[in-house]
Amino acid sequence: MHWIEYLRPSTLDECLDAFAEHGANARGLAGGTDLLVQMRAGRRTNAVVIDLKAVPELNELSCDSASGLTLGAAVPCYRIYGDRAVCELYPGLIDSVSMIGGTQIQGRASVGGNLCNASPSADVIPALIALRATCLIASADGRRTVPVEDFCTAPGRNVMRHSEVLVSLHLPPPGPGSGAAYLRFIPRNEMDIAVAGAGVSVVLDGGTFTAARVGLAAVAPTPLLVREAGEALCGCRVSRAALEAAGEAARAAASPISDMRGTAEYRRNLCAVLTRRALETAVNRAGGVLD
Amino acid sequence: MSSIHVQTTINGDAAEFLCEPRQSLLEALRDILRLTGTKEGCNDGNCGACTVEMDGRIVPACLVLGAEAEGAEILTVEGIARGGALDAVQRAFLEGAALQCGVCTPGFIVAAKALLDLNADPTEAEIRLWLANNLCRCTGYDKIVRSVQAAAANRREEAAT
Amino acid sequence: MTTSTLDPARGAGDGEAPSRNGSGTPRDYEPNMVLATRHFDVVGTRPVRHDGADKVTGRAMYGADLTLPDTLHGAVLRSPHAHARILSVETSKALAMPGVRAVVTADDLPPAEDKLVDVGEGDTRLAYVHGNILASGKTLYQGHAVAAVAARNAHIAEQAAAAIEVEYEPLDSSMTAPEAMADGAELLHPDLCTREFGKPTETPSNVAEHFQWSLGDVEEGFRQSSVVKEATFDTATVHQGYIEPHNVTALWNHDGRLHIWCSTQGAFVVRDVTAKVLEIPVSNIKVTPMEIGGGFGGKIPVYLEPVAALLSRKTGRPVKIVMTREDVLTATGPTAGSHVTVKIGASADGKLRAMEATLAYEAGAYPGSFVVPGGMCVFAAYDCANVSVDCYDVVVNKPSSAAYRAPGAPQAAFATEQVIDDIARELGLDPVELRLRNRAREGSRRVDGPKYRRIGCEQVLRAVQDHPHYSAPLGGPNRGRGVAVGFWFNVGLESSCTLHVSADGNVHLVEGSTDIGGTRTSIAMQAAEVLGVSAGAILPEVVDTDSVGFTSVTGGSRTTFATGWAAHDAAQKIVAEMRSRAAKLWGVEPDAVEHCKGVYSCNGNSISFRDLAANASRTGGPISATATAKPRGVGGSFSANIVDVEVDPETGKVSILRFTAVQDVGKAVHPSYVEGQMQGGSVQGIGWALNEEYFMGADGRMQNSTLLDYRMPTSLDLPMIDTCIVEVANPGHPFGVRGVGEANIVPPPAAIANAVRDAVGVRMRRLPMSPPAVWAAVSEASASGD
Repeated sequence: MHWIEYLRPSTLDECLDAFAEHGANARGLAGGTDLLVQMRAGRRTNAVVIDLKAVPELNELSCDSASGLTLGAAVPCYRIYGDRAVCELYPGLIDSVSMIGGTQIQGRASVGGNLCNASPSADVIPALIALRATCLIASADGRRTVPVEDFCTAPGRNVMRHSEVLVSLHLPPPGPGSGAAYLRFIPRNEMDIAVAGAGVSVVLDGGTFTAARVGLAAVAPTPLLVREAGEALCGCRVSRAALEAAGEAARAAASPISDMRGTAEYRRNLCAVLTRRALETAVNRAGGVLD
Repeated sequence: MSSIHVQTTINGDAAEFLCEPRQSLLEALRDILRLTGTKEGCNDGNCGACTVEMDGRIVPACLVLGAEAEGAEILTVEGIARGGALDAVQRAFLEGAALQCGVCTPGFIVAAKALLDLNADPTEAEIRLWLANNLCRCTGYDKIVRSVQAAAANRREEAAT
Repeated sequence: MTTSTLDPARGAGDGEAPSRNGSGTPRDYEPNMVLATRHFDVVGTRPVRHDGADKVTGRAMYGADLTLPDTLHGAVLRSPHAHARILSVETSKALAMPGVRAVVTADDLPPAEDKLVDVGEGDTRLAYVHGNILASGKTLYQGHAVAAVAARNAHIAEQAAAAIEVEYEPLDSSMTAPEAMADGAELLHPDLCTREFGKPTETPSNVAEHFQWSLGDVEEGFRQSSVVKEATFDTATVHQGYIEPHNVTALWNHDGRLHIWCSTQGAFVVRDVTAKVLEIPVSNIKVTPMEIGGGFGGKIPVYLEPVAALLSRKTGRPVKIVMTREDVLTATGPTAGSHVTVKIGASADGKLRAMEATLAYEAGAYPGSFVVPGGMCVFAAYDCANVSVDCYDVVVNKPSSAAYRAPGAPQAAFATEQVIDDIARELGLDPVELRLRNRAREGSRRVDGPKYRRIGCEQVLRAVQDHPHYSAPLGGPNRGRGVAVGFWFNVGLESSCTLHVSADGNVHLVEGSTDIGGTRTSIAMQAAEVLGVSAGAILPEVVDTDSVGFTSVTGGSRTTFATGWAAHDAAQKIVAEMRSRAAKLWGVEPDAVEHCKGVYSCNGNSISFRDLAANASRTGGPISATATAKPRGVGGSFSANIVDVEVDPETGKVSILRFTAVQDVGKAVHPSYVEGQMQGGSVQGIGWALNEEYFMGADGRMQNSTLLDYRMPTSLDLPMIDTCIVEVANPGHPFGVRGVGEANIVPPPAAIANAVRDAVGVRMRRLPMSPPAVWAAVSEASASGD
């Protein structure tokens, strides 16, 4: 691996200054599960690695039913599924963070890192899309928020400028009748990249969908928010037919490629199957019953 | 272009070393500190042979920079046995023939011990899920899973007496 | 004289087991029953392995754990092209980098003489070994070594290797046997002409070898058949997948002696091949085998050792090279992908009348695909009068293939066992019953010539039939059960062993078989049995090539069989010596001294082995014995699986619900490690069946050269693997041992394919049966209304 410089700022200001100084040469290090692998393979050549794990704001984890979840960008997966409040309020997020890599990877990998890496197949992004997460981005010049579905711009690319840092994610509190789930398909049962993934959330009221969101992984250059699938559900009775229709909307929205993980046709099929199955779980979690 | 001075705790002892910023914790352990029990199988986090405990959590040492060990508590396979006695997991692996070539064994031992520290009575499914980040190509996992179950039972028995 | 040891000429388990079936049906076996009639005190028990404590504490020294003082670190530059002419190699930029000490290319190797070299499990042309170690003129696969660097540390070496400038002219490449055999395919080796039926021809071709075996008259056999089934099967390239990457440290000392420390299945092969490649006398090389982190056949070939040696000669310092995982996957021994057609005919009574197979295996870049053992094994489980087998060894632009656990046999069984399953379905016969009716038995002639001695094919099949798994309910939709049988012939080769009796009565056992799975212990147990001492009283060590007699590779399921035999013979010499020492104490003739379970006695006197050892100095000095073995009584091993799967028709995912492995091992010396071999081989077979494959891009490059995307099974993908050890003693071994390492990987892919067929009605003729492939097959079948 090429020579790097390692910095470990302990305040957000120091961190932002470091990014301002090093710009495109710098890359943030949270869990390192993508960055170090990419550097060793020569796919990233940044000369400066800025370790984010000593910055308090990036390690915040606060969660309650009134204000929702604030999740520092560097918080590793195991802390998230080890938090009782998050498990209760955001099972759809828990689905995704407990399936990234394996136990050891989850000891390092962070939701923020998974997002910044901007892989089309990232497991947490569809879940975050379904849960209406917003990204708090900071630089020495100021702060801005971006809806998570707008964060990724291309494989491996995101909206952040070189001087910017993803500080945290915010997930609004789930209202009454809410349910969410993330489901992916992999050939093995663990330690694999999603061939396709579906993150969904629903709000039910008296046996009817009043809101729904569907996010998809690995079927487009970026994780997708499939508005059509959510719209297909809104106002419908909670029924298998409605889930089928949402699945078909997801299939239609997907524009996958054929690669070693699966053909485009196979992935489109998975979109329909996974969306339907994830919705079943979400409905169940929302206390709904399928007709 | 200079090395970094790292002060850390390894297997309960204060340790310090100089490493290049690009060197992983795995390289620091093996090449600098000569703690070669932690193995390299893939260098990208997928085989688990380099599993160590860092601040109470198992991680792949290949995906940690040596510099990140500053101030941390590291436990490697060399620190699992206490004094003259093997840990229950180590004994169970020997008695249960849970190793063949043995190169994945240190990672499994560290990971399995961490599981039993969290969960005294894991089910077979919990053991298989926890260990899915550790590849073994020799055993087919059967005897590993059984040995972890046996170690858990032994630990519970020891705790009860 | 009575003795607890055995007469090897007679064999251990020659006595037939009595019928033990309480229901009154006479039967000559029971599942899980020891058929060897002799009782052993040590053989058949489960002691803790001698190297166990080192391996659970991290103290065991594997190759990469060794760093000598003043070591330089090497890295290898590898071809990015699957097939290219090397136009130039410019090393000056690399050499000028700070910390870089030396660079080597093929120009540093002495020119290869035109001769054959033994590479562990057979001979090959020295030029091919040369060419694979460092490419000369052309690169034949992505990952082919082109040059190597020695530098102050591994990072610098890697960067320097990348700074070597190589100009390539890319050539067309062939990735599969059918592609490479097609008219107009670019030739990998312009001087390679097909050997037809063992005779050289003058036709340049990518087909290195074509030969045929036959028995009887297959055309007549097909005329006698009322059911004839024929199909073609393909299997993907897969890797052995050992967790420890290849590694070496070499020190070419100033006295001309070369010392190599490495991870290998055969230290003597490394010594001999390195000597031939570098043109130095074998006695100038000492190879110290370090602990080995898995091999499965893939650590027989020599890749790094001559390279590190040349770098050491140039620098005068130890040079260490450790492969990356990408190096391992792109440049070391995958097993052959295959293209196999099998045609089988049976008469209405369920008798197989004709069996015909054509096997084309991908050798990779150099000839030698193990299609020969594939052909030997393809119908080995069947007694059939009319058989014909054609084999093609085909070079393609992939890494040179290496042995992988029963090399060649799983691909063949994948084809045969599915066709057999189809015939059973068509005839309405239970698939095990069909196999039993046509089983190979003592006296059956295999197509490649040999007649079987006592074998356990029938006992294995009956163990399947009687196993509770075989009749258990499947309990759900989309579930199915499959069975398949497999065979591996096992090998003998050569082994050496020395025993030194120490004054405290323990015995140091010195041997040369690198221990991949507990063979120190299974060898020591055989010495202990002869000596009448405990397994723990034997202290086995695997030593370097200067310190023990020649020993062939740890491979071919031979180590417990053959090195164990050498240990048995050495122990017999110790027993003879102990009798003469006791005779000396008592003033009697050695023949008058009896030995039983470690106690020597005569005329009312008796003395233990331990006391005799303590008296060695007074009775004639140190007690040691050496024996060598080149056993001929190799006993082949049959294995079978029962497997239950569930297929998710919406995703094509196949889950293994229950798996039973049955194998005739002759005699299980250490049953725990025998079970371990059966379980490990089964799981490698499961990986091969379901998800492992080399994804080669259109550019001929491997797309999945990581353990993330080369998907070996994890613990979460598997159930417990139930084992049923069948012991039909091998009359050719003192304890009845056959060998257990390989036959277990043969049936799983076919058994799983048969289970998938049972579950969802589709016949999977291509490996792996990955989710996209199964989904496509299920979708197609439902679209066509099947």
